[in-house]
Amino acid sequence: MIMELAVISGKGGTGKSSVTAAFATLGEKLVVADCDVDAANLYLLFSPAHDKEVVYIGGHKAVVDNTLCTVCGICESYCRFDAISEKDGKIVISETSCDGCFFCSRICPMGAIKMVRSDRSRMYSGSFRNGMMVYGRLAPGEENSGKLVSMVKDEARAVATGMGIRTILLDGPPGIGCPVISTVTGADRIVIVTEPTMSGLADLKRVYEVARKFSGEVNIIINKYDLNESMADRI
Amino acid sequence: MKIAVASGKGGTGKTFVATNLFHVLAERGDSVTLVDCDAEAPDDLLFFQAEKISETVVTHQVPVINKDACTWCGRCSKWCNYNAIFYVPSAKVIEVIENLCHGCGACSFACNAGAITENPVVLGTVTSYKTSGQKPLIEARMRVNEMSPVRVIKSAIKVAGNDGVIILDSPPGTSCPFVQTVATADYVLLVTEPTPFGLSDLRQSVETLKTMGKQCGVIINRADIGDASVKRYLEGEKIPLLAEINYDPAIARSYSEGRLVSLENRETAILFTELAEKIIYDHGTGSHQR
Repeated sequence: MIMELAVISGKGGTGKSSVTAAFATLGEKLVVADCDVDAANLYLLFSPAHDKEVVYIGGHKAVVDNTLCTVCGICESYCRFDAISEKDGKIVISETSCDGCFFCSRICPMGAIKMVRSDRSRMYSGSFRNGMMVYGRLAPGEENSGKLVSMVKDEARAVATGMGIRTILLDGPPGIGCPVISTVTGADRIVIVTEPTMSGLADLKRVYEVARKFSGEVNIIINKYDLNESMADRI
Repeated sequence: MKIAVASGKGGTGKTFVATNLFHVLAERGDSVTLVDCDAEAPDDLLFFQAEKISETVVTHQVPVINKDACTWCGRCSKWCNYNAIFYVPSAKVIEVIENLCHGCGACSFACNAGAITENPVVLGTVTSYKTSGQKPLIEARMRVNEMSPVRVIKSAIKVAGNDGVIILDSPPGTSCPFVQTVATADYVLLVTEPTPFGLSDLRQSVETLKTMGKQCGVIINRADIGDASVKRYLEGEKIPLLAEINYDPAIARSYSEGRLVSLENRETAILFTELAEKIIYDHGTGSHQR
């Protein structure tokens, strides 16, 4: 049986990576998976070997071919992400607002909208002094971080199974959204790292609500507890 | 003008900077609005005495499939790019997986049998407050167990309008919630710390902003606790270093108790006033200057 332990926090900068790194050096060989794919940091501490590199296809973006487009406006009227507008007699698709749903490309009567894949994100795995490390690097501004987290976790499980390693440590992202849910899904035990501040407490309450849905074993670590001991007591 | 306060790494001091900037501008009577865009972990409100003015619920439309009308053609499932329609025709199974649905509406359009209707699902709330200084504070708050804060963030920024200075307190990271927040900003203020982690995440933020064509400047928080690598990086990239704030246990303690440091500490108030003036002077646009 492989035991998966996820370290998450709600509020950012409370010390998830430091706690994960400390656990990772306790002795037993393990697999460390850095699931904070848009701000991966653990590799800086452990300098793992780059034994394997995999291209991650994040999502798609709609791109309009203005030579085919007749500016009929059908795509604009159906897009629910406010990504399409008409500017100077031309259809313009905002890359930041496009959700990659393919709807516009399917309904364009002129076939003028293409969906372009983004392939700039990567997943790496390799050995480090205490075992194996898997981490993702989401390309700048990329979407679907939750899917990359799943890919990192799948690789971590495959590596652990292949090498007979019994523990996987997951260093999670801040917040409570899709990459966090992706991190804690299937975890045997969740550790929440917080700090004794009002923000730390408010964010802890929200992330705890998410965590307890995914695991019966949720533990809390108060980092920098002496910053405000009465706040630490409240937590 | 819109100023986004952001950082790749979490916990570097975004909220600290955003709330204090807002406070010093409000104190001098400027037209200023604070928008808490960190919808997964919104904390700005903790620092103010504020009265609730209004609340809007942010929803998206999720399909409901009427099995009696369904002709089992499978088009809806094929058109769904999020695998949110679980479809096994041989077993007469067709189910919507609400958590995966992005509410794009493609399935309803795809259905030729009129078997799909839509229901709103709540993603979060946008709440408008008025602070004791009579300034608007708008909070985006994603509902716990939802997947994406993006729509809630977008709605909050819309509610803020375009008058005066609008400060957007961004979520951490560089993926979609961050991109959505900074997309509307005229200027991005990045808060970092002088550590290898801070630098690595700052790099990622700067690269993202470059691809978006956004101008940015940097504040180094707890400037005296780390190394010089962030400063060297900024010099190399020719990114302006706007301020350095040293670690001060008294500041950390005020912050921990939800107090505004610029209310209690004159030096901090002056630092934020000068910072605000510099950004507005250098990057303010037309009538949005104040």
